[in-house]
Amino acid sequence: MSDADQTGQTAETTATETDTDRGPSELVVDDLVKTFGGVQAVDGASFEVEEGSLTGLIGPNGAGKSTTFNCITGVHDPDGGSVTFRGEDITGLRTATIANRGLVRTFQIARELEEMTVLENLMLSPRNQVGEKLSHAVLPGLRSGVRDQERELREEVWDTLELFEIDHLAGEYAGNLSGGQRKLLELARALMIEPDLLLLDEPFAGVNPTLEEKLLDRIHGLRESQNLTFLLVEHDMDLIMENCEHVIVMHQGSVLAEGRPEAIRNNDRVIDAYLGDEL
Amino acid sequence: MSGVDTGSLTSVRSVVVERPKLALVGALGGLLALDLLFRLVGFRLFVGPVGLVGGELAFERLLTLLWDGLVVGLGIGLAGIGLSMTYSILRFANFAHGDYITSGAFAGWAVAWLLAGFSTGNLSGNVGYLALIGGASEGPSSSELGINVLSTPLAIVAGLVIAGVATVALALVLDRIVYRPMRDADGISLLIASIGVALALRYLIVFVFGATNRGLTAGGERLILAGVGGKLALVDKRSTLIVAQNDGPPADAFYLELPVLDFGGYSAEILSVTSVEVTLVVTSLLLMYGLHLLLQRTKLGTAMRATADNQDLARVTGIPTERVVRATWMVGGGLAGASGFLLALERGTLSFNLGWLLLLLIFAAVILGGIGSIYGAIVGGVLIGLTNSVSLVWIPSSLSTAAAFAIMIFVLLLKPDGLFGGVRTA
Amino acid sequence: MSAADALADRFERFEETPRWLLDVGLIAATMGGIYLLFTIFTFVGPSQGTFGAVVSNLQTITFWTALYAMMVLALNLHWGYTGLFNIGVAGFMAVGVYTFAALTVPATGSPPGLGLPLWVGIIGGMLAAALVGAVTALPALRLRADYLAIVTVALSEIIRLTLLSTKFESFTLFANLDVRVGGFEILPDIALGTGAGRGMNIPVNPSIPVKGIFYTNPSNPAAGQRTAIGEAVLGAFGAAGVRETVVVSLAYTLLLILVVALFYWLLVRVGNSPFGRVLKAIREDELVANSLGKDTRMFKMKVFMLGCALMGLGGILWETQRGFTDPTSTTFRPIQTFYIFVALIIGGAGSNTGSVLGGALFASLLFQGPVFVSRTISHLLNLGDTPGSFVAAVGPFVDLEVTPFLAYAAGNIEELRFVLLGVVLIYLMQNRPDGLLGHRKEVAASVDLIDRDGNRPRDAAATDGGEADE
Repeated sequence: MSDADQTGQTAETTATETDTDRGPSELVVDDLVKTFGGVQAVDGASFEVEEGSLTGLIGPNGAGKSTTFNCITGVHDPDGGSVTFRGEDITGLRTATIANRGLVRTFQIARELEEMTVLENLMLSPRNQVGEKLSHAVLPGLRSGVRDQERELREEVWDTLELFEIDHLAGEYAGNLSGGQRKLLELARALMIEPDLLLLDEPFAGVNPTLEEKLLDRIHGLRESQNLTFLLVEHDMDLIMENCEHVIVMHQGSVLAEGRPEAIRNNDRVIDAYLGDEL
Repeated sequence: MSGVDTGSLTSVRSVVVERPKLALVGALGGLLALDLLFRLVGFRLFVGPVGLVGGELAFERLLTLLWDGLVVGLGIGLAGIGLSMTYSILRFANFAHGDYITSGAFAGWAVAWLLAGFSTGNLSGNVGYLALIGGASEGPSSSELGINVLSTPLAIVAGLVIAGVATVALALVLDRIVYRPMRDADGISLLIASIGVALALRYLIVFVFGATNRGLTAGGERLILAGVGGKLALVDKRSTLIVAQNDGPPADAFYLELPVLDFGGYSAEILSVTSVEVTLVVTSLLLMYGLHLLLQRTKLGTAMRATADNQDLARVTGIPTERVVRATWMVGGGLAGASGFLLALERGTLSFNLGWLLLLLIFAAVILGGIGSIYGAIVGGVLIGLTNSVSLVWIPSSLSTAAAFAIMIFVLLLKPDGLFGGVRTA
Repeated sequence: MSAADALADRFERFEETPRWLLDVGLIAATMGGIYLLFTIFTFVGPSQGTFGAVVSNLQTITFWTALYAMMVLALNLHWGYTGLFNIGVAGFMAVGVYTFAALTVPATGSPPGLGLPLWVGIIGGMLAAALVGAVTALPALRLRADYLAIVTVALSEIIRLTLLSTKFESFTLFANLDVRVGGFEILPDIALGTGAGRGMNIPVNPSIPVKGIFYTNPSNPAAGQRTAIGEAVLGAFGAAGVRETVVVSLAYTLLLILVVALFYWLLVRVGNSPFGRVLKAIREDELVANSLGKDTRMFKMKVFMLGCALMGLGGILWETQRGFTDPTSTTFRPIQTFYIFVALIIGGAGSNTGSVLGGALFASLLFQGPVFVSRTISHLLNLGDTPGSFVAAVGPFVDLEVTPFLAYAAGNIEELRFVLLGVVLIYLMQNRPDGLLGHRKEVAASVDLIDRDGNRPRDAAATDGGEADE
């Protein structure tokens, strides 16, 4: 345990520029710990995500990235440490509460709602839908207001579908989609909310490069226009290096190194971690 | 570690703070135990005009309640083993389990009646009616046949064996027709299918055997432990006891004095047990021990335990092997049938609803004990049986079953793993 | 125009018919088919097809169809839409009925009640059921499906056993509380009771207003004092050979159909809306719903309470029109919930139209059907008296005589239909777990999602699986 601590500390001081170079933190993860049975999935992970950034989170399999996501979003209660979002402590809060505050994530294995159409899946996303109140759904007077909002949302949904180039699948049941299409649906559903912070867990797996470019452009666009923040888990190193301004490396449950992509690429310890994993 | 005994206090406090539900349950249990104690002593704690804790409870009554609870509890526990195994190995709640119990009871008792008919010479012309176990108005009645443990032991044993065997066959056939085509279905679909099996089975029994609640045995074989003028004695009938307590031991009745100390002038009925109750207790324990041997000493048993214990492994490796599935149905079905026969024996009556009415109690036992744990099912069964009877101290009999259900609900809400859940099967 | 074009043209016109109209049409067509079937049965059966017999039989079918449709619609809300495996329906019906009784039975009744008007009883019954639902939901809705099933059926039994217990046969509320303000007792002693095993008489019940259309003294129709309408209608039907009681039942059945329509209207609105979308999402993958910010606890709670209120109302309409109830009634037993479940599965969980169809098919084909068929066959084949036991039925096989067995089967058809029920259920779960209309997953939105403000999207029929992006 002390090994990883030391590693984390030294990594911070050697591999990154100092904290003053980075903007305000959207997300602060502090000494997060999560154990399952006897296994330390997350073991003292600490990092910060700068507001408006596209930050990469990489690490070999089993590094604890998905578990960290789960702890951040309230799927698991961490056994130790804290998570702060926009200055507020969200450790241990319920997933829905956290999502409503503007922190949304996608899943590594796409969880689309199989018995619902692609359109329905997307119409589900937007927040503050008046029609989600039972009274508004039912009562005649209020229902016309719901209809209006539905029509607006429908337009947005179609626009999103076109952006993602899956509009020809609009009426298809999500359960019939291919793996890559599901990933797109997953990402589309999350992007539609336009949350303040979006945790993306391998969103581009199985997506063709041209479309991937297009979507990355959109993500960059959202960062600029609305100052949205993205934390991206990916295995595609080129993607990370080309798009992220800050990269965090996790290994065996804690942060091994973090800094600018070039620095990380040349970091010996990071290379060792990946190579060691391959053996 | 300070030398002062703050250790136990802090540990109590930490339990209360960190696990409030456990603390609450513990407090409630403690209160009830205290109340019971007060009642035995005859003490009543008053706060103003309101009697809070304690009251009246004769020790003998408590013993009777405990015995009743044990008897029913062992029966339920025996029945629950199969349910627990199905739940953990085949991964669905078998709502037809109660009707397996009923089927076993009917099969076993039909054989018992036929044998009794044979031995009393009642057989010719009556074979059909005997097999219907008195469901028709024709044919001999239960009192004519005079079946009971001590009077017709062969019929009872044969019935028990057939009950188990028949239910094994039934379970295997049903698995082949209903569940094997659905091996990869989810638990809820299997549950619903099992409801279909339950309905079909139950009403086939009604169709064949009729809907009446029929008498099975010629009751009356009992043994009474009592105090007679300060001495402990075993008596066969209440009337004998009364005579003994008033005039002295009667010559022509069964009266056995036990070589124990004198208890002054103690004269009361302590505990009354019937031969059928004893049979149920002894047989259940024997069968449970047999199961224990099977699970611990055989390869098959080990495989079953492995599949039942290791839910995660089972989920990863998928469907359990056909061998384990067959074994599950055989063991579970056999025990269900045997328990059905024994429960009917203990009650002395049999109706098509036998298993169905018990099903929820059996679920309660299995959940309390922890799904997948064989010993848990037994312990859970005994606990439920005890709850059912000891609760009579506080609530009217019409609500005691409801109380047992309430306990099950609380267990599900507070500790769905039950007492032994998550712990190894055996 | 080629054949394909002609077909496509037809399809387009068909497509333009509003969905709800199609659904109602489907229901009507199914009922029509059922009516035809049972009219044939009546003609072929022992009653020789008199008009009176036909009307009576069709009325019975419709009565049960309506009742089951109501309950299936409510259960569909819980299970079909939201994935809440509630098999305690009978318990919530009981709560509705007994609360209704306690509120409406006059203080002179035995056991006594509060003597409040009918509509108070109905609303009270629904509220009580919703409240019990809320209390259940609070802790139980986070359980996984099979545990929720066990909890709900255990609760249903606890309710029934409590109603059966003599402890509550009669009791007095506030008996020991004597709070007076200005000489006026705030909490007067209220005598109530469940009647335990003896049951309760329910003189004020929803059938009374219906009877009131025909009789001046609806509580005592046997006295024969009719209203003007009563004279006209009963007289006309009477002349056609239809008995009085059948006409009155027919009127009550019409009321039930109205309520079914109301349920349907309500639940279609609930389902085809953003609210309904979230419900479906909860059923599919609750974590996703949560991750998108939907507070699933609140949704589940609301839906559970709404469903329970509807079950309470259904229970009241189902049970109280007899004028009497008791806890041993089948209506309050878990088996009743299973019947409703079977109906739901037949029709297809998740579809409101499916629920109504399932109720209709169950009530007519599985519930009443076997009775009709056996009566008919018994009559046609002249089977004679029912043998007293299975032995008597099967014994004659030795002489190659099957008639006694058929007669026995016909005479015990009420038991055999449950065997049929079980087999149907098993078959469905093995082969068609989605039921009849389950696949018609009703799209949850308040507006048509495909239609973009007049512009048709590129490929209207998404029949291909979509190109693989990989």
